[in-house]
Parts: sequence; structure tokens; C-alpha cells
Amino acid sequence: MDFSILIQVIVAGLATGGVYGLIALGFVLIYKATSVLNLAMGEFMTLGAFICFTALTMIHVPFWIAFAITIVFAILLGIVIEPLILRPMIGEPVISVIMVTIGLGAILRGLMYMIWDPTYRAFPQIFPPKPLNLGFAVVPSGLLWGFIFAVITTIVFIFIFKFSRTGVAMRATANDQQAALSMGVSVKRVFALSWSFGAIAAVIGGIVIGNISGINIYMGDVGLAVLSVIILGGLDSIEGAILGGFIVGILQNLTGLYIDPLVGGGAKEVAPFFIVLIILMIRPYGLFGKVIIERV
Amino acid sequence: MRCGDFKENYIKDEEIFQSRFVKFWLALFFIFLIVFPFIANPHMLYIANMIGFAVIGAIGLNLLTGFTGQISLGHAAFIGVGAYTSAILVTKYGISFWLSIPLAGLVSALAGLVIGIPSLRVKGLYLCIATLAAQFIFGFIFVHWESMTKGITGIHIPPPSIGSFQFVTEKDFYWVTLFFTALAVGYARNLVRSRMGRAFVAIRDRDLAAEIMGINLFRYKLTAFAISSFYAGVSGALWVSFLKVVIPEHFNFMLCIQYLAMIIVGGLGSVIGSIFGAIFMTLVPEILNVLSDVVKSYAPDMGKLIIPFKQVVFGFLIVSFLIFEPRGLAEIWNRIKKFFTLWPFSY
Repeated sequence: MDFSILIQVIVAGLATGGVYGLIALGFVLIYKATSVLNLAMGEFMTLGAFICFTALTMIHVPFWIAFAITIVFAILLGIVIEPLILRPMIGEPVISVIMVTIGLGAILRGLMYMIWDPTYRAFPQIFPPKPLNLGFAVVPSGLLWGFIFAVITTIVFIFIFKFSRTGVAMRATANDQQAALSMGVSVKRVFALSWSFGAIAAVIGGIVIGNISGINIYMGDVGLAVLSVIILGGLDSIEGAILGGFIVGILQNLTGLYIDPLVGGGAKEVAPFFIVLIILMIRPYGLFGKVIIERV
Repeated sequence: MRCGDFKENYIKDEEIFQSRFVKFWLALFFIFLIVFPFIANPHMLYIANMIGFAVIGAIGLNLLTGFTGQISLGHAAFIGVGAYTSAILVTKYGISFWLSIPLAGLVSALAGLVIGIPSLRVKGLYLCIATLAAQFIFGFIFVHWESMTKGITGIHIPPPSIGSFQFVTEKDFYWVTLFFTALAVGYARNLVRSRMGRAFVAIRDRDLAAEIMGINLFRYKLTAFAISSFYAGVSGALWVSFLKVVIPEHFNFMLCIQYLAMIIVGGLGSVIGSIFGAIFMTLVPEILNVLSDVVKSYAPDMGKLIIPFKQVVFGFLIVSFLIFEPRGLAEIWNRIKKFFTLWPFSY
């Protein structure tokens, strides 16, 4: 195997990993604050991509306005969905909480199918198509911009968490809801906000992935693959999500390079799930996740 | 007029048929099931068969998720394993259909044991992700192990037969389905009132407490996985024998959601709930089909919206049952029964 191909694949893996990290961040933001694993994340992504796409092609606004519309939409999505569907689920068993997000995903997917056809669409050109030549490897424009977007979003989120009032309130809630409540944090507001934040991460991920590989209503399946990232990094760890994103991105691309020719394709898509099973057997709480020890 | 429960010992409390009244109605129901194929048209029989497969599968999932509390997002994978095992055994090795059904269950149970292993270390969300991963891995195997599964072209299966009699039509197959469904329901109903069933419930309610009480978690969790997958395998094997073809598309993630919807709508941790759920979730798409035919006659291009609309209805049912009636149809059924038991003094 040519060495330069290997480097090329690893660089592509890093770029994909950035996007994975971003979507994983969406999972973690919601999980950390509300202890809900949102399996409708993939549908949030797809929805974001479609909203942006529609804004770009139907009302012909420039990209940054379409982007802003999508973000506003994501915020509204979080604010509406959390009190409507998730709040009644507080205190219910895990299966109910998971199933309610799956049900939500089914509703969203069905609605998207009804509004936009299940046909495949190419995203309009929004980034300069020139690939970046690093000398030892070439990064395609879509991946490059996707990576840049993902990194910027992640950094913005981290700053919000560290320094803004809202961010501190969110961290406090994640740490101890009772204490946060008694300090005057509105836990309800924080819950809704974390859903909005998660949705923002998802829709940006959706736009980026749509830009790389086109959009259709099934693109949300990536959202399930990203589960491997948060399992690897730990369900409640932001740094885990980012690092896990890179690792899974690279591993997935390496699988595509080495295993795919052996089995006739498809291994790349299923690789994250193998990773999940392996991690769960070896280190179930991931690299940075909170270790809960229960013994008899 | 019966008014309230007057049970003097536990044996009475655990009886399946608790009163003469229940026995009478059940006998009537059985007579109905036997008369049904003679009065129903082929389409109704087709639906009845589908309900039968769904009942077996849903009971399997309910034993694992509703009774033992181990969430499985990979039920379709086990259904697929059973389906493929039976199809391959029948077509490739010429084993009789009747033998292939229990064998399909066994192979499926084996797969369930393997996937169940993570359940010993992880639970809740983590287990749910592990089973989800298994679902996609099995989906991958179904497509890519072409020497066995013939990939996306699928396998065509001859109809089952006894001697020279072949179970070809919906009506013939109805008897096969009825036989296996009755067996599955009877076994599950008895299982849940046995020591094992109580152990399952104890694990669901609090696994550590169960372990302290002397329940071997390792053994019972894996048993739950094995039994659940056995049911799934049998259901899948019957299903594809009925359809006469098996393709990987059958066993996608949507099927998992469908089955989870069945047990949630029907009622977690209840055998009769699984039956209600299976009937309900099989009938809803049929009702929607009828509705869409009506709509189509007025607005022809609305017809293509029916597929996504089914998804929306599914999702909506799951969400609204979880929020408004978390114990499902079984609980509604109980309330209705109680109303009539205590009538006219119910309040």
C-alpha cells in the first residue's frame, strides 16, 4: 500500500472526525444536562440541512443568512421539543426516555419525507471548491470547510460553557440539580437551552455533511454512527466527544481503505458499530466518562 | 355478579384463568380463532398471519425489555438471524420446515447470548447502544455474507408441507401461525409466573437487590436474552416462510422500532399487552391503507404520502402512549375489566 495514500486517508479521517466530534458534542450537551440520550439527533441534522438547503434554493438568500435561519430554527426546535415531549419523561425509566426520542425521530423523519421527497439532492456550492494542498496530502474543499466549521463551533461552545452565565448555569445543573435550583438557576430553562444547543450542534453538522455528500432524508443515519464517538469518549465528556470524533473518523477511513476491498464494500459504514461493541466490552464508560461503580 | 378479588392463597393469585368467566370467554375466543379462516377473505387472513408473527416477536421482546428491563434496539437482527437460518436450512440443506423453525430459534438464541454478554457489564443506555450496534452489524452480515444469504437478491423459500399437503395460501398458513402463536403465548404466560419470570422482574426492578436476594444475574440476564431471541428467531422464520422470500431489507432498524412500539403501546411487562400491541400496531398501517385509498380517490397525488404518514403516526403513537398511558393498552384493558367487574358501583 502506497504510503501517501495512507496519509491522505488519515487526513481525510481527521477532517471527518471533526464533524463527528461536533455532532457528538450535540449528544453530550443534551446528555450532560438532562441525562437523555437523544436518538433523534440524526433527524435534527437532516432537518437542519434541509432548512438551510431550502433557504438557499427557494428564497435565494446568501449562505450566512440561510445559516442564521437554520440556527434560529434549531434554537426554536429545542425550546419547543423539550417541554412538550421530554419534560413529562423526567423520572421515567430509561426505556421510556429513549423510546420517546426514537418516536420523535420517526415523526420528524416522516414529516421530512412528506415535505421534501426522499430523492437525493446536491447541496449548492457555498464554499470555494478549491481543495487545500498540504504538500503531503490534499484535503477536498468540503471536508476542509466542514472541519473549519466544526472546530469553530466547538470552540464557541466551549467558551460559552466556560465563561458565559448560561454556560455556568448549565454546568451547575449538570453537576447537581438540587444545588443549582437552590442557587437560583432555572433548571427548566437550562434543560430547554441544552436541547437548543444540542440541536444547534446537530444542524451545523447536518449542513456540513450535506455540503460534503449531498442531502436526502436518510443522511441522519450518520447520527447513529456518531454514537460510537460518544461511547468511546464517554457519554458526558466534551473533550471525549472531540477526541473520540477524531479517533473514530480516522479508524473509519482506515477501515474503508484496508477492510472494504476484502469484504466488497460497506465495512466503512459499519465500522463504528464494531468500535462500539469493543469499547463496551473493554471500557464501558469510555475514555473520559464518569465511572459509576456498583457492586454487591 | 363478581365484585372484587377474593383470593385466599398465592396459587389462586397466580392462576392464568382466574375465573369461570375468563375461561368461558377464552374458550369463545378460541372457537372464533378456529372459525375465523372459514369466514375471512384472503386479505384478512394475510393480516391475521402478520399479527401472529408480530405477537411471537413482541412477546419475545417484552420478555427481555418489559420483564427483565434489558433494552434491546436489536430485535430485528435476531428476527433476521432466525429468518435466514430457516431459509438456508430449508433451501440449502433440505431440512424440513418443521425442524427448521426450532433450529432457527436456537441459532437466534445463540446470537442473543453473544449480544447479551455486554449486558453483564453495562446497562440502561449503554446496553441499548450495544444492541443497536449489533443490529447494524447483523444487517451488514445479511447483505455481505453472500455465499450464505445471497446478499440483496435474497433467498426464495418453498412453502412448508406435511406429506403431500403444501401450506401455500394464507388460509393454509394460518394454521401454522396459529399453532406456533398459541404455543408461544402459552409458554410465555407460564414462564412469567415461574421462578424464572419472578427473577426477571426482580432484575428489572433493581438488579443489585436481585443479586443480593440470590438471583444469579449472569445466568438470568443471558437466559432472558436467549429466550427473547428464540422467540424472535421463530417469528422471523415463520414470517419469511409465509412471504416465501427473505431479503436483508426486511430486518432494518425500522422493524426494531416497530417492535418496541408494539410493546410500549401494548404495555411493558405484560404478555397480554404484547398481544394487544402486536394487533394494534399491525392494524394501524392497514387502517391507514384503507384511509389512503379513500383519499386517493379524491386527490391522486396524496397517495405517495402514505408511507411517511405511517411513520409519523408510529412516532406519534409511541410518544403519546409514553406520555399519557405509559402502561399501555394492557392497563386500559384492566380498567375496562375493573369497571365491569365492579359495575354498577365502580368509581
